[in-house]
Amino acid sequence: MPLTKEEQIKRVALELKDGYYVNLGIGMPTLVANYISPEMDIILQSENGLLGLGPFPVAGYEDADLINAGKQTVTALKGASYFSSAESFGMVRGGHIDLTILGAMEVSQEGDLANWMIPGKMVKGMGGAMDLVGGAKRVVVVMEHTSKEGTPKLLKKCSLPLTGVKCVHMIVTELGVFEVDNGKLVLTERAEDVSVVDIRTKTDADFVVSNSLKIIKAET
Amino acid sequence: MNKIVTNAKEAIQGIKDGMTLMVGGFGLCGIPEKSIQALLESEVKGLTVISNNCGVDEFGLGILLKNHQIKKMISSYVGENKTFEKQFLDGSLEVELNPQGTLAERIRAGGAGIPGFYTPTGVGTLVAEGKESREFNGRTYILETALSADFAIVKAWKGDKAGNLIYRKTARNFNPTMATAGKITIAEVEELVEVGELDPDQVHTPGIYVQRIFQGENYEKRIERRTVI
Repeated sequence: MPLTKEEQIKRVALELKDGYYVNLGIGMPTLVANYISPEMDIILQSENGLLGLGPFPVAGYEDADLINAGKQTVTALKGASYFSSAESFGMVRGGHIDLTILGAMEVSQEGDLANWMIPGKMVKGMGGAMDLVGGAKRVVVVMEHTSKEGTPKLLKKCSLPLTGVKCVHMIVTELGVFEVDNGKLVLTERAEDVSVVDIRTKTDADFVVSNSLKIIKAET
Repeated sequence: MNKIVTNAKEAIQGIKDGMTLMVGGFGLCGIPEKSIQALLESEVKGLTVISNNCGVDEFGLGILLKNHQIKKMISSYVGENKTFEKQFLDGSLEVELNPQGTLAERIRAGGAGIPGFYTPTGVGTLVAEGKESREFNGRTYILETALSADFAIVKAWKGDKAGNLIYRKTARNFNPTMATAGKITIAEVEELVEVGELDPDQVHTPGIYVQRIFQGENYEKRIERRTVI
């Protein structure tokens, strides 16, 4: 069985280490915040100008002046700080963010990422994604292994306009976990009951299988 | 030195067709809603607007777009607006998309007297096309140029009559940086206080950057995505 969305997000959450400053992208990455171990000190950054991002507010306590980068109302934790967009991206570009977790439309076997534009179809803009992938110390992508039409999203080469070149360190899909190691894609973990052959048929990228391939057990 | 104007209509005097404006805010958070309304009523046209986003269809910069007052947008993310998409696709609106950090730094550079800077953001992507690049310590960077504007319009929480400004929470965003990069900077505030009432240690924007200031009434502060537990 492939991982459920919840299992997939829990697997991604294991990438958060005590003391990390982390930026979570919009969508599925945002949900990672729900699985941070209470024993760990993790500080979430929101690139619109907040360190110490907290949960969504209780109804009635929404504050129009306090939102996350997805424009949702949020709260700030004790010890939080606010700053300008210029300062925020200085923080990002300057390599002060330990980890960013982002969604993707395509990832190449060398770690190129495409997640901001479909020519002729979608005109939204890149927001802060290009800065984040170029500036964060570690970039983890969480995505579905294939598109809605079933075509692979892990490719030899991206077909869509890039967000960043050779910037992705790890990819977590419902089928397994890949790491980009010196420009080569390595399958390091697979979901229980999903074979390497299954994964190969749904992947366009070339990859090697780690000697210490782990199995992610389904939750019962 | 009098920086105080009575209202938004007076504040935007001198904004003419074809000018370049910076407008603060992130989404609908921290936008100068009174000045945007006054721009709508002024019917000024052919504007180039530098702003991270372009509002939504019925609020924020979206209302100027709907009224065909904007010729060109320089932004990082414009996904919330159907009017925007329509005008972009039919060719009536020019768009220059910048990575958000590059946009912020271009504005910062504009206000700080730096004509350009090298950044790693966007190397190897469409953003780098046509731009000079250079290697520093084995990594490639692209040259980005500064942005400035005829008028910068920002929104603060509190301001004093000398133009010192304090922002509130994430409504700060692009506002303090834009305040430095306008030939004329207009600040609209929720509360205008006497000189001496703001703690100098808490001031985010020193008054030197602000030429006009007014207190807006009845801020709507619309929430784009109300999300609760």
